Amino acid sequence: MKLSARDIGCVRGERRIFAGVSFALASGEGLLLTGANGTGKTSLLRMMAGFLEVAGGTIELTGGSPDLTIAQQAHFVGHLDAVKPGLSVAENIEFWSRLLGATRGIDETLSHFGLSGHADVPAGLLSAGQKRRLALSRLVLVPRPLWLLDEPAVSLDKQSQKRLAAVMSAHLAQGGMVVAATHSALGLRLAHELRLGARKARP
Amino acid sequence: MKAVLAIIRRDMTLAVRQGGGAGTAIGFFLIVVSLLPLGIGPDLNLLTRIAPGALWVALLLAVLLSAERIFQPDYEDGSLEVLLASPVPLEIVALAKALAHWLTTGLPLTLALPFLGILLNIDIADIGPIMLAALLGTPALSLIAAFGTALTMGVRRGGLLVSLLVLPLYVPALIFGVVLSSGAMRSGPGYAPPALILAAITLGAVVLAPIGAAAAIRAHMK
Repeated sequence: MKLSARDIGCVRGERRIFAGVSFALASGEGLLLTGANGTGKTSLLRMMAGFLEVAGGTIELTGGSPDLTIAQQAHFVGHLDAVKPGLSVAENIEFWSRLLGATRGIDETLSHFGLSGHADVPAGLLSAGQKRRLALSRLVLVPRPLWLLDEPAVSLDKQSQKRLAAVMSAHLAQGGMVVAATHSALGLRLAHELRLGARKARP
Repeated sequence: MKAVLAIIRRDMTLAVRQGGGAGTAIGFFLIVVSLLPLGIGPDLNLLTRIAPGALWVALLLAVLLSAERIFQPDYEDGSLEVLLASPVPLEIVALAKALAHWLTTGLPLTLALPFLGILLNIDIADIGPIMLAALLGTPALSLIAAFGTALTMGVRRGGLLVSLLVLPLYVPALIFGVVLSSGAMRSGPGYAPPALILAAITLGAVVLAPIGAAAAIRAHMK
């Protein structure tokens, strides 16, 4: 399986955020996206998932299921946690499990990010870090080859950051792919790094 | 299929738990309907004559009141991206969400109609056609509302804009709903023509509204 982008650009509003970005990512490899605020890290991740239009160039996922979109073969965990405050922690996971077709059990998934004791708590009562852990639980709940993570470690405590790093390394070891945009250290080395905004973007 | 049922179940659970569900819609309906006799005074014949129209307008507004919860919360909390990552086509997602909205709004309103009809001095013989009209027409209302809210997803406090977009599309359902409800058909052509047209409107909405809603969401994601 291979994720490749050729010469893609990003236009938000009338402004060109970046242009001429290319990369290739093979199974078992990770890509770290870095760059200052506003250089298009989130936009690039959304483009990979197909949630944002690519301005020129192409993004391809080869070797997967040709009938599925990239989003359907990926996990996108962005700034928004997609957690429903009106449902309990276990109900949130149960919904994703049915929606996405999980292979792992709910209890087992909860234990991955230390949420076992909170199964019946309404998700609206969780702290920001706990909500993030709940959102990240999707990664282990349903196996998907490509993970698109936008600042995954934000608001996580030290222990949860370590768990996230462990989950990511296990995914890479099994031949998965990870693209992570972050400012903080992830606690593991990814094979590639892409620095956005290294050149000054032209208007 | 399991995924579609999961969407319907989740939306219904959220509607019931977070208010804006059946209770609120029926409460709104009840208040509008009980204000009407106070507004027009003690003329029972007039009340009977305008009751079907009044019930239908209140019904449209009650459905519209809760329409925003079809897509807006999912858009705001990122759940829409998870739905896009599911194997379910976006059109079916929209259909499932409209169905969940109907089950928590249109259906309870339909069941409440006989009691509200009594408040408006409706002939007992007209209760059956009114319920039939609501049963046939309200699914179309939820479906068209789903399309309207998908179009205005990114607009904060877009409730008024949704009304502007959606209410004109409610006109056909309103016209034939009132015709079927008003008892004008008891003599003459019978109940079949307006009932069939209402059913056709709902069937048309079942096909077109999810396609439109999915297209609106895709356009929004560009």
